[in-house]
This record gives sequence, C-alpha cells and structure tokens, in this order.
Amino acid sequence: MAGIKPRISVEYAGDATIVTFTDEKILEEKDIKALQESIMSVIEQAERINLILDFGNVRFLSSAVLGLLIRLSKRIYERDGSLKLCSINPKIYEIFKITRLTKTFDICKDVESAVEGLYRAN
Amino acid sequence: MISEAPISRSMVVESKPSAIVGVCKEILSKLENNGFSKEDIFAVHLAMEEAFLNAVKHGNKMDAAKNVKIDYSLDPDKIEISMADEGDGFEPEAVADPRWGDGLYKPEGRGLLLMNSYMDVVRFNERGNCVYMVRYKEKPRITERESQTKL
Repeated sequence: MAGIKPRISVEYAGDATIVTFTDEKILEEKDIKALQESIMSVIEQAERINLILDFGNVRFLSSAVLGLLIRLSKRIYERDGSLKLCSINPKIYEIFKITRLTKTFDICKDVESAVEGLYRAN
Repeated sequence: MISEAPISRSMVVESKPSAIVGVCKEILSKLENNGFSKEDIFAVHLAMEEAFLNAVKHGNKMDAAKNVKIDYSLDPDKIEISMADEGDGFEPEAVADPRWGDGLYKPEGRGLLLMNSYMDVVRFNERGNCVYMVRYKEKPRITERESQTKL
C-alpha cells in the first residue's frame, strides 16, 4: 500500500504551535482542501492558538493558497488566537507583496523570530 | 543546448485542475531549453495555473464534459499562450481589485491580478472566455527620449 505523505508537520515551542508545510508545490485544489482540514483540526484542538506557519519548504503556490490562509486567519481570530507566517522565500514573498497580503499577515524571517515576536507581544 | 526554432502547439484538455500539470511540464521545459530565466519560468507557471483554474472553475463551472483549449507559441524572444474555455465569458474590468477594501479579506479573486502582474501582456476576447498572455524574455526598455517625453 502506498504511504500517504503528510502535508504538514506540527511542533510546539512554548505557547507556539508551528505548522510546517512539507510540499514544495502547493497547487491542486484537493491538496489545499486536505491542508485546510489538517490545519483547521490543529486550530480547533487548542483553546487559543498561537499559530506559526513555516513556508521553508515551499517553492511554488497558487492564489488558492492565499485564500486558504485568509480562511485560517479568520478562524484563528474568531478564537482569539494569533497567526504568523515565516521562512517565505523571495519569489513567494513577491506574490504576497503584489496582492498586498503583506499588510494583512504578520510575516517573519524565520521560526525563531516568529516565536520571539509572540513573547514580545505578551 | 538552446533550441532556436519557433514552436507552436495546440491542445484540448479536460476541465480538471490537475489536467494542467502535463501542459505546464511541457511548456516550462521548453522555456528552460530556450534560455528563459528562472524568473520567466516561475512567472509563466504561475500565470498558467491561475488562468487554467479560472477557466475550469469560473468558465466551465467544473463541468467535466467541457474542455479548455490551450495554444502556445514559443520563439527565442517570447512565449505566447492562449486558453479558451466553453463558458459564457466575463468582463475582466468588472472584477473587483482584491488589494483594497473588503477584497483584501476575501479568500478568492487574486488570479487575474497575478496573471496581469507576471505576464507582459494579458488580453481577453470580447466574450471573455479566452485569455491571451505573453511573457517576453527581455523586457523592452524605455529609451531616454521616451522617458523625457513622458515627463
């Protein structure tokens, strides 16, 4: 039986939940749906999540992923949590810049700065 | 090895998001073989994915019985790509700008913006069910005279 490659990995650092995308390319609708289900279940498990999304492995994504991030952020803020994105490579960051989502999302250089940012805020 | 001969191809693919994978592979490898930069390849890939998803989702309404016709033409200076769906079309000017106001918080509506940002030419036919896109290998420079005239 072919193994199903997990699309995210989840780690914890203090109050932060770090979700790392494992795929290099995030394009297909079915993959984005699967990601939404996985990450939403991580969000729902915590009372008030401080979520850090690590894009370190991501080399390519479509605008549907931006839509996913907006849906995730809405759910997180409904539950009084926080969301940071990190380790976004320059080509992907350009997509965020063009769509002005750099104004909507808190984007950090790497996981360490994202975690640091959480403690500074608290 | 860089291939200099112009290449043109036409194909019909089904209305499934994954149907673009093979087409992208073919076009992007030809871009690489013809000396297009990594930036060009990224740009064309993104624009193709966005245009195809729009054709499948908004044009053909995910109807598996409908197809998307893709034509491309590659020469040493540029890649031209057309995608036509079987839908009723739409008015590109009527699409709200997703960078401002409520649009910024909507999950959808950014595909067209990205196509326009990454391709040098993006044009729709009158009906709005066919998009024509061009990416030039080297961007035309504004001459000194032209830039003075603009001022």
